[in-house]
Amino acid sequence: MGFSFDIAHLLAGLMVLTSLLLLYQDRIGALLNVLRLHGLVLALALAWQAHLQSASDLFLAATIALVVKALVIPGALERLVERLAIHRLIETVGGIGPTMLGGIALVALSLRVMLPITAAADAVSRQDIALALSVVLIGLLIMVTRRNAVGQVAGFLSLDNGIDLAAGGARGMPLVVELSVAVSVLIAFIVIGIFLFRIRERFDTVDLAALEEFRGERR
Amino acid sequence: MILSALLAGILILVVLGLAGAIDAVRAPGGAPRGAAGQGAWLYAAAASITGVSALLSLASLAAPPETLVLPLGLPWIGWHFRLDALSAFFLFVVDLGAASASVFAIGYGRARHGGHADEPGRVLPFYPVFLAGLGLVVLADDAFSFLFAWELMSLASWALVLVRHRDPESVRAGTVYLLMAVLSGFLLLLCFGLLAGPAGSYGFAAMRAAHPAAATVALALVLALLGTGAKAGLVPLHAWLPLAHPAAPSHVSALMSGVMTKVAVYAFLRIAFDLIGPPSAWSGLVVLAVGGLTAVLGVLYALMQHDLKRLLAYHTVENIGIIFIGIGLAMVFRAGGEGAAAALALTAALFHVFNHAVFKSLLFFGSGAVEAATGERDMECQGGLIHRMRTTSFCFLIGCAAISALPPLNGFVSEWLTFQAILLGPALPDWGPKLLIPADGALLALAAALAAACFVKAFGITFLGRPRSAAAAVAAETDRLALAPMLLLSGLCLFAGVFPGAVIDALAPVSRALVGATMPVQGLLPWHSPPGVPLGAIVPVAAARSSYDGLAILLLIGAVTTLAALGARRLASHALRRAPAWDCGFPDQSPATQYTAQSFAEPIRRTFGPLVFGVASTIRVPPPGSTAPARIEHVLHDRLWEIFYAPPAALVRRLADALNPLQFLTIRRYLAFVFAALVLLLLVLALTP
Repeated sequence: MGFSFDIAHLLAGLMVLTSLLLLYQDRIGALLNVLRLHGLVLALALAWQAHLQSASDLFLAATIALVVKALVIPGALERLVERLAIHRLIETVGGIGPTMLGGIALVALSLRVMLPITAAADAVSRQDIALALSVVLIGLLIMVTRRNAVGQVAGFLSLDNGIDLAAGGARGMPLVVELSVAVSVLIAFIVIGIFLFRIRERFDTVDLAALEEFRGERR
Repeated sequence: MILSALLAGILILVVLGLAGAIDAVRAPGGAPRGAAGQGAWLYAAAASITGVSALLSLASLAAPPETLVLPLGLPWIGWHFRLDALSAFFLFVVDLGAASASVFAIGYGRARHGGHADEPGRVLPFYPVFLAGLGLVVLADDAFSFLFAWELMSLASWALVLVRHRDPESVRAGTVYLLMAVLSGFLLLLCFGLLAGPAGSYGFAAMRAAHPAAATVALALVLALLGTGAKAGLVPLHAWLPLAHPAAPSHVSALMSGVMTKVAVYAFLRIAFDLIGPPSAWSGLVVLAVGGLTAVLGVLYALMQHDLKRLLAYHTVENIGIIFIGIGLAMVFRAGGEGAAAALALTAALFHVFNHAVFKSLLFFGSGAVEAATGERDMECQGGLIHRMRTTSFCFLIGCAAISALPPLNGFVSEWLTFQAILLGPALPDWGPKLLIPADGALLALAAALAAACFVKAFGITFLGRPRSAAAAVAAETDRLALAPMLLLSGLCLFAGVFPGAVIDALAPVSRALVGATMPVQGLLPWHSPPGVPLGAIVPVAAARSSYDGLAILLLIGAVTTLAALGARRLASHALRRAPAWDCGFPDQSPATQYTAQSFAEPIRRTFGPLVFGVASTIRVPPPGSTAPARIEHVLHDRLWEIFYAPPAALVRRLADALNPLQFLTIRRYLAFVFAALVLLLLVLALTP
C-alpha cells in the first residue's frame, strides 16, 4: 500500500505543482503548454487510480482525459490563437509574486479544510480530495487574475481538471458521470471558442476590456 | 357537512375568478359592450354563493367544531380546515359584507361614473378570488393554509387597488400596500414558526396543545400583534389604508375596509386567545395602549381629510382601535381571573366587529354612489345631494349616526358595552391596568366625540347646503340594485341597535370558546328577557348596575319626533313663504361662501395641530396698494409617516445607492466576488474547530 499510495500522492501533488506553474505563465504559448502538461498529469493520476481500484471504467476516463484534455483542447486553443493572431502576452492583474503567494495560501487552506473533514475516508482519497480542492481554487484564481479571454479559458479548464481528479479519487464513481462531465467541458470549450471568434470579429482583440466598453461598464 | 359546503362555495368562487379572467380576455377592456353591465352575472353568482355561505355560518355559530383535512397543499401536511364558533362568526361577517358588496357592484357597474365600468377586466378576475381568500383565512386550521389564504387575500386585493393603474396615486398606493402586506405576511410566518416549535408542527391543533416557554410566547404575541396590526391598520402600521382603500372601486373599498380588517382582527384573536393560550396581563396592556392610540389618531387624521373615501379609511383605523381596546380589556381581565368582565369586553369587541363591518360597508357604498353620481370623491365638490339622492343620503345618514355611536343604532351599543367593561377596570388588583384602563376610557370618549364631529362634517358638506360644483347640481340617484344593499345594511344597523340582546346571545359561543365565560343571557328578543330585567333591556353585568334598552329609546325618539312634528304642523303658520336664505347682509350667494370641509375641521386642527400634525401656518398679506388677496396657508405634516416610514425608506434608498455600482462590474470582478466568497467560507470552515 505504501508505494502505490506514494505514487498517487505524487501524481496529485504534480497536479498542484502544474497548477501553480499555470498561475505563473504570462505568455499564451507557455500557458497552453503547461495546460497540456496539466491534462497529461491528470490522465496519469486517473490511470493510477484505475490501477489501484482495478476499475476498468476509470481507465476509459483516463483515456478520455488524455485525448480531450491533454491533446485536443490545448491543440485547438493553439490553432485558435494562431488563426486569430492573438497578442501573445497575457496581461495579469497583480504581480506574479503576490499571485503565487496567494496560490500557495490556497493550497494550505484547502489542506487545512479538507483533512479534518475527511478523517473517516481512506488515506488515498483523502489526499486526493484535498489536493483536488487546491487545484480547483487555483483554477479560479487564474480566471480572476487574467484579463485575457484565453487565460480565463485555461483557468476554467484547469479547474475542471481538479474536479476530475477529485472524482477519480472517490471510489465507485460511475462512468456516466465522468462522461457527462467530459462532454460538458467539451461543449463549454466549443461555446467559448465560438465566443472568442465573435469577440475577435467584432473588436479585433480578445482583451476583455473591449467587451466592457461595449457593455457600457467603463464609466 | 356545513364546512364542506362552505369550502365548495369558496372553490366555486375561485372558478368564477377564472371565468372572469376568460371573460376579460375575450372582451378586452376599453370598449364596454352592452353598457357597463358587464360582469353582472359574476357578481350575481358571487352574491348568491356568499349569501348562502353567510346563512350557513350563522346557522353553525352554536354548533360543535367541525374539522376537515383535504389532501392538497404540502404533501405531508395537507390542508386542514376547521369551523368553530369564532370562525363561524367571522365568516358570517365576511360573507355578509361580500354578499352586499356583490349586489352593490351590479348596480354600481351600471352607474354613470362607476369605478370599474371603464376597465372591468381588471376587476372581474380578482374580485371572486379576493372573496375566496377572505373566506379561506377564516376557515384555515394550519399555518400553511392560513398563510396561503392570507397572501391570496393580499395579492388579490392588491390587484384590485391597482385598477386605475395609470394614475400615479394608485401606483403609489399599490406599492405601499404591497410592502405592508409582505411585512405582515412575513411577521405572521415568523410568529407561526415560533409557535410550531422545533418539531415544526404547523397544525393549529398541535400549537394549541403545545406549551412553549414564556419568552417564546411573548415574542410570538408581539409578532402576531404587528403582523395582524399591519393588515388591520393599527397605528403606526396604518399608512396603507388611507392610500389603498380609496384607490380601489367602491365595492372593493367596502370589502377592504369593512371586511378585510376584520379578518386581521380574527387572526389576532385566533393567535392570542386560541393558539397561545391564556394571555398574560402585560400583553393585554400593550394591546390596550396601542388600541387607544389608534382610535384617537385615526379619528384626528380622518377629520383633516376632504376626500370622502380617505376619510372613511381613516375612520376604519379609529374603529380598529376601538375593537383592539375591547380585545385588550378582555386579555387583561382574563389574566386577572375576571371571567365575566373578560366575556363582556370580548363581546363588546366582537359586537363592534360586526357593527363596523355593517356600517363601514354601508358608508363606502354611499360614497361610491356619490362618486358614481358626481364623478368626484372630494367633498368640496359635493353639496345639496340630499335633494337629488334621497335614498342614498338617508342610508348614509343612518351609517353616520351609527358610526358616531348615537342611540338607538348599533354603534352605540358596542361602544357602550366597551365603556361598561372599562368601568369594571377598578376591580383588578394591579396598578398597571388600574391606571391604563381609565386612560383608555378617556381616549375612547375623545375618539367617539371626534368621530361624531367628523361625520357631521362628512354628511353636512356632502349632502347638505347647496351644490359646490356643476356635477353635484345635476347628480342623479344611483341604481336601484346599488340601493338595495344600502337599505339592507341600514336595516341591520337599526336591528342590532334595537335588539342588541339577540346579537349578544349569538356571540355567547364565541366568548365561551375564547375566554371560557359568557355574558348573562339577554333573551333573544325584548319580550323574552329574563325576569327582573326591564322589558327589552340588555344587562352587561347586573340589572342594578347598568342596563340599556334600545327599543325604549327608539320608541321615545319616535314619540318625541312625532309630537314635535305634530306640534310644529299645528302651531306653525301654514303660509308658504319664499325668502332669500342665508342672506345675513350678504347678498352675493355664491356656493363658495358656504362652510367648507376645511373650515369645519379648523377648530380641531387648531387644537391638535401643533401636537399631532406639526402644522406650519403662513399668512401672506399683500403690500399696501396691491389688489392681490391675502392668503393663509397651512402645511400639515404626517408625523407618523415622518417618524416610522420616511427613515427606513431613506435607509433603503441609501443602501441601494451604495450597492448600485455592483450592477456594473466586469465579468472578472464578478468572478472575483464568487472566488472571494468561496475562500471566505472555506476560511470560516477552517478556523472554526
